[in-house]
Amino acid sequence: MTVEAATRPAPAPRRALRRLEPAAIAGVMSREVANFRTYWRGTTFSSVLEPIVYLLAFGLGLGATLVDEVDGVPYIEFVGTGMVATAVIFSSAMPAMFGTFVKHRFQKTYDAILAAPVDVEELVTAEMLWIGVRAGVYGCVPLLVTIAFGLDPKPAMLLVPAFCFVTALGFAGFGVTMAATVAKIDQFNYVTALFVTPLFLVAGTFFPIDGLPEGLQVAAQFNPLHQLVELVRGAAFGFEAVDAARLAVLLAFALVTWRVAVRRMSARLID
Amino acid sequence: MNAIELSGVVKRFGPITAVDGLDLEVPEGICLGLLGPNGAGKSTTMRLLTGQAITDAGRLRVLGHELPREAKAARAEMGVVPQLDNLDVDVTVEDNLAIFARLYRVGDVPAAVDAALDLARLRDRRRDAVDRLSGGMRRRLLLARGLVHRPRLVLLDEPTVGLDPQIRTELWTLIGELKEQGTTILMSTHYIEEAERLADEVAVMHRGKVISRGRPGELIRRHAGRETAEVYGPPPRLAEVRGAAEARGLSVRPAGPAIAIVGAERDGDGLIPADAVRRAASLEDVFVLLTGEEVE
Repeated sequence: MTVEAATRPAPAPRRALRRLEPAAIAGVMSREVANFRTYWRGTTFSSVLEPIVYLLAFGLGLGATLVDEVDGVPYIEFVGTGMVATAVIFSSAMPAMFGTFVKHRFQKTYDAILAAPVDVEELVTAEMLWIGVRAGVYGCVPLLVTIAFGLDPKPAMLLVPAFCFVTALGFAGFGVTMAATVAKIDQFNYVTALFVTPLFLVAGTFFPIDGLPEGLQVAAQFNPLHQLVELVRGAAFGFEAVDAARLAVLLAFALVTWRVAVRRMSARLID
Repeated sequence: MNAIELSGVVKRFGPITAVDGLDLEVPEGICLGLLGPNGAGKSTTMRLLTGQAITDAGRLRVLGHELPREAKAARAEMGVVPQLDNLDVDVTVEDNLAIFARLYRVGDVPAAVDAALDLARLRDRRRDAVDRLSGGMRRRLLLARGLVHRPRLVLLDEPTVGLDPQIRTELWTLIGELKEQGTTILMSTHYIEEAERLADEVAVMHRGKVISRGRPGELIRRHAGRETAEVYGPPPRLAEVRGAAEARGLSVRPAGPAIAIVGAERDGDGLIPADAVRRAASLEDVFVLLTGEEVE
């Protein structure tokens, strides 16, 4: 066969290309899906096993010896619903940081994508959406495990994937921003120690926030993970009016990190 | 009509001026070889043409689109084959092609993938992960990926750098076939033989500028004359011959263990030693004379 064979399909018609084209975003996401098909087993295995281990260690271990209930909720269910937020941050911020850095710096994947009719805004949007979808699914695993450990299923729990998705978008944007900011991959250690771990520990997953000093209680309200924890517990044990504000905070978090991520990546990718 | 028009283009990276007032026109349907040593500004020029770098000054038009404003529309009609292999190595050959067919908004993705597989001669390896392919297969796939949407213009950035001679020849055949189809090609290279074989015209680039341009034969006649004499011997003798040749206005360049006296046909008074090896002047002579760089 010759080059002539490559010229059989008709070229795309010449037309104006707009911002945020669905075809460009879908194209970038299709690359993520194609890659995910090669590693989904390992990711899924750890996503299922980790909450089980945490629930056994904290829920059964701590719950059986030191803490029986928190606010009338069995401790294993308290931790299990909180673990959703842990699953979300670790399946969004981490892949966004490391994945973006590796694709940009080592694999030069973004150079290839940006040589096609895709701009940085579409690229970042697609990466965030894909991570959001993935974390939306994996975030539900701890909830399902907790149900297996005795939590009553409720119709409102069907909203949990959406809560996880919105929160994951925000942390994906955060991760992409960090990937566009650090000079070397080992600098993610600072990001993890300064941001990810404190956010994870002061989210109200393992202990109620209202037991903390007042200053930390106020600070926790700015922690998107805490808002997610409260929303998931709302879905499991009953919503409150303030939960609408919590969702609004998560939407704002996603919107702000999206714009910052686009800006930072544009500065990094376009000379 | 010109596929590419650059006028007074400047691109700086801090204190370094990578592209320095570059003027370049590439008419539709030709293969222009952008020949220059490492650091001449070739790859930066390629990035400017895809909108992945923004000029500090000057004007760029690609396929009628003003850059960087219409870079996305220009990219839709061009294909890019990068210097570095950035294929998705865990993904199958056909998925690598399908992803880019979608990114380029190709209507019939399966047909485009089949055609690209034929081009890369990888139809029987379509379901293999890229990391199971040989180096030559990966390069062919990289080329096919850049052509999956049938572009009007193809940018080849050092398409055969670091490849062994057999793979290089394979790729030259593919690029030659592409040329015959009338696709406009801008190919950056620092391999003289590549430029000689494939390019209709060669633009020699040095320190961010085109310092000479023409058909390979024209460039040779203009800068190197008809004949080059290579003189071998111990360094003192070479220095002596060099001094004498330069005193008579002949151009001399290093050529490995020898010196090459360019324009040897102009030696009327028997300066060039009888044991010198005479050969036709080459593009390599032009390249070294113009850039002062040794050929790799």
